[in-house]
Amino acid sequence: MNSQDQENRLPRRRVLQWFAAVAAAEGIALPAALAQATKPAATGYGQDPVMAKTYERGEVWPLTLTDPEKKATVALADIIFPKDDLGPAASEVRVADFIDEWVSAPYPQQKGDHGVIIPGLKKLDEECQARFQKNFAGLSEGQKKAVCDELAKGDHFFHVFIGLAAGAYYSDPRCWKTLGYVGNVPSGGAFTGPPQEVLDQLGLKQTVGGN
Amino acid sequence: MPTIPISKAQSEYDVIIVGSGAGGGQMAYTLTLAGIKCLMLEAGRSYDVANETPMFQTGKDAPLGGTSTPDKNFGFFDATVDGGWQVPDEPYTQASDKAEEQFMWWRARMMGGRTNHWGRISLRNGPYDFKPYSRDGLGFDWPISYDDLEPYYTKVEKLIGVYGTNEGMENTPNSPAGVLQPPPAGRVGDLMIQKHGKKLGVPVIPIHRAVLTRPQDGAKLAPELHPDNPKAQKIVEQSMSSRAACFWATECGRGCSIRANYQSTTVHLPPALATGNLDIIPNAHVREVIVGKDGKAKGVLFIDRTTGKEERVKGKAVVLAASSGETVRILLNSASGDGIANSSGLVGKYIMDTVGSDMSGQLPALENLPAHNDDGAGGSHFYSPWWLYKEQKAGKLDFARGYHVEISGTRAMPKGNSPVPTQFLQGLYGTKLKEAARRYYGSFVHLACRGEMIPNEGSFAELDPEVKDKWGIPVMKWHWKWSDHELNMAAHAQKTFSGIFEAAGGKGLFDPNRDPRKTILKGGQVIHEVGGALMGADAKKSVCNEWNQTWDIKNLLLCDGSPFASNSDKNPTETIMALAWRAADRLIEEARKGNL
Repeated sequence: MNSQDQENRLPRRRVLQWFAAVAAAEGIALPAALAQATKPAATGYGQDPVMAKTYERGEVWPLTLTDPEKKATVALADIIFPKDDLGPAASEVRVADFIDEWVSAPYPQQKGDHGVIIPGLKKLDEECQARFQKNFAGLSEGQKKAVCDELAKGDHFFHVFIGLAAGAYYSDPRCWKTLGYVGNVPSGGAFTGPPQEVLDQLGLKQTVGGN
Repeated sequence: MPTIPISKAQSEYDVIIVGSGAGGGQMAYTLTLAGIKCLMLEAGRSYDVANETPMFQTGKDAPLGGTSTPDKNFGFFDATVDGGWQVPDEPYTQASDKAEEQFMWWRARMMGGRTNHWGRISLRNGPYDFKPYSRDGLGFDWPISYDDLEPYYTKVEKLIGVYGTNEGMENTPNSPAGVLQPPPAGRVGDLMIQKHGKKLGVPVIPIHRAVLTRPQDGAKLAPELHPDNPKAQKIVEQSMSSRAACFWATECGRGCSIRANYQSTTVHLPPALATGNLDIIPNAHVREVIVGKDGKAKGVLFIDRTTGKEERVKGKAVVLAASSGETVRILLNSASGDGIANSSGLVGKYIMDTVGSDMSGQLPALENLPAHNDDGAGGSHFYSPWWLYKEQKAGKLDFARGYHVEISGTRAMPKGNSPVPTQFLQGLYGTKLKEAARRYYGSFVHLACRGEMIPNEGSFAELDPEVKDKWGIPVMKWHWKWSDHELNMAAHAQKTFSGIFEAAGGKGLFDPNRDPRKTILKGGQVIHEVGGALMGADAKKSVCNEWNQTWDIKNLLLCDGSPFASNSDKNPTETIMALAWRAADRLIEEARKGNL
């Protein structure tokens, strides 16, 4: 497991517990794992980042999902946001990279989500192994849906994952249309408000004349 | 923005201006166009609106989709540079460890200060707002009336460009004919609240905001603003003609590279610089006003953040426009920490913010609406001015002052967070999830109470006796208290909002009967901090006179929100500018008499 950045997001007490667990699980000598925990923390983008540019995921702080975690994230995001008549699949708009950036971020909210997502992904694969002898990513479409049907009944990890996936998915302009967002385009002249069909549907009258 | 290093500063200026936001920008504009030599000191770095503004960037372009973080409290694209609730190396402290007694102090260490990201809401105080004590016996009267300031509101509106309508409502002044630009049309959320608010007697009208909805007519406006000053007319006309009208995309909070909205950096400072009478030194962290043996202000002592060295600049007058909290801090730290302009003992007292208490509602009628562009003017279009003056006067309400309601819809660009609260997506995945997101997206309306706080003895700032910033300068220690007037107002707002949502066939997302101590935003959170150096008619009971001059040091002017004697529900920025322009005109008159 990739352990070197975990200390950035967890209180030290939990880091030590976690390293002890990893060391035990992987048979690593404990002192070596602890040495990793003393590496400097990743930092945020600060209060003066360049705003008018396009950032790559992982450009500002390192992405930290392990290979199995990433595979599970990609597969789960594609079940949640599949390719269909309404829009592209999550993997086409790199939802998993967004989630990787999110849970790798050095901020409190994101660290909190990390504490839900990482154990959740681990548990997901463990349960799929127990049930199907395969990780989640290796399941058939039907098996994945059967797992999600269970999770959808109220699993906290699944709920948080959907929130992050939705944030990622709809942030991409290719997914705006399916949501119904059609802005961010300049236009000249007056702003005239909603189209007549919308006003009619709501029984509204425009009360400000075009300027 | 062209700036100079301290090594290029002149040996003396007519006026030193501390701060480059709404107040400092207006002072620099008015004074330099009248031929007065000014030096402006800005604590933050310079800022280039044309090249730094993230126009059209999407969530795909930014870390975390642009969502807010402790580094960028209003999201990645918010124009604020080197600012927020916490600023590295510049702590502040709280007198109480109770959350409700703490103050959140927003600072923006950048050229133009908070004007780069503000909401652009530009409301005039009404006649009642200058004489609150006379009306209900609470707080303080201003030493001026609405009529004293009216000509300056008009000048400011002509200069910065404000859209809106004249509705002739109580204590909600009209602007003279032809001053306001036409407002943008109502959006779905605006029109829904307008229609259904009526059932509860809540009026909804176009708001006033500093955004151009059509090109400015510089050839007409410049001579009106600067009669008998051909040079000023030429410069201002040129500046106005280089601003574009709004093109109905990207939020104003990002700043505006086409200069359609007001920022000090796009409207005040370019013409001031064009006069040749303004030098600006950035990264100048002011510690003290230097006062001579004759009791007059002689200049300013600051730390050059780029070198860490103490520097001094001289001026015949000094203007502090550093934000209420920072202006108070400079006054108290001056005279080596003994404080200046404080013979009344009132510097730092009676700091006010705006009462905030918000609620979102979900309106089923707005589900699955045909997609349409709702971006509009990048901020609010409609609002409800306070509507219960008569009930209040008749003693029917349990709070003394009013609030207005700001309306925002939710068909905004998704940026990092789920565009629909996740409880509406519960248990769904796949195509059904996409259908639910489409259904609920845009079906929420957000209502924000923005109300008047009455100044009280428990809300003030002083120097912390122990904590210092990176440069060894004592920091502010905040005390905060809401009175029952503010808490009862917040409770009234929650019930009103819930009622409006229900009248529109929907439901508020929260229980309207929650304890108002839980729904009221924290002190400072609305970022309308004013007061701390109140103006008044009596030198013993106030810090400033009606011309923003401190009573004790006449050539020291306070031109931010610090002289506010009350904080009406109207957002303070336009009043800060109007007061600054008035104070500048007075200073120019004195200079012409040779009294500078």
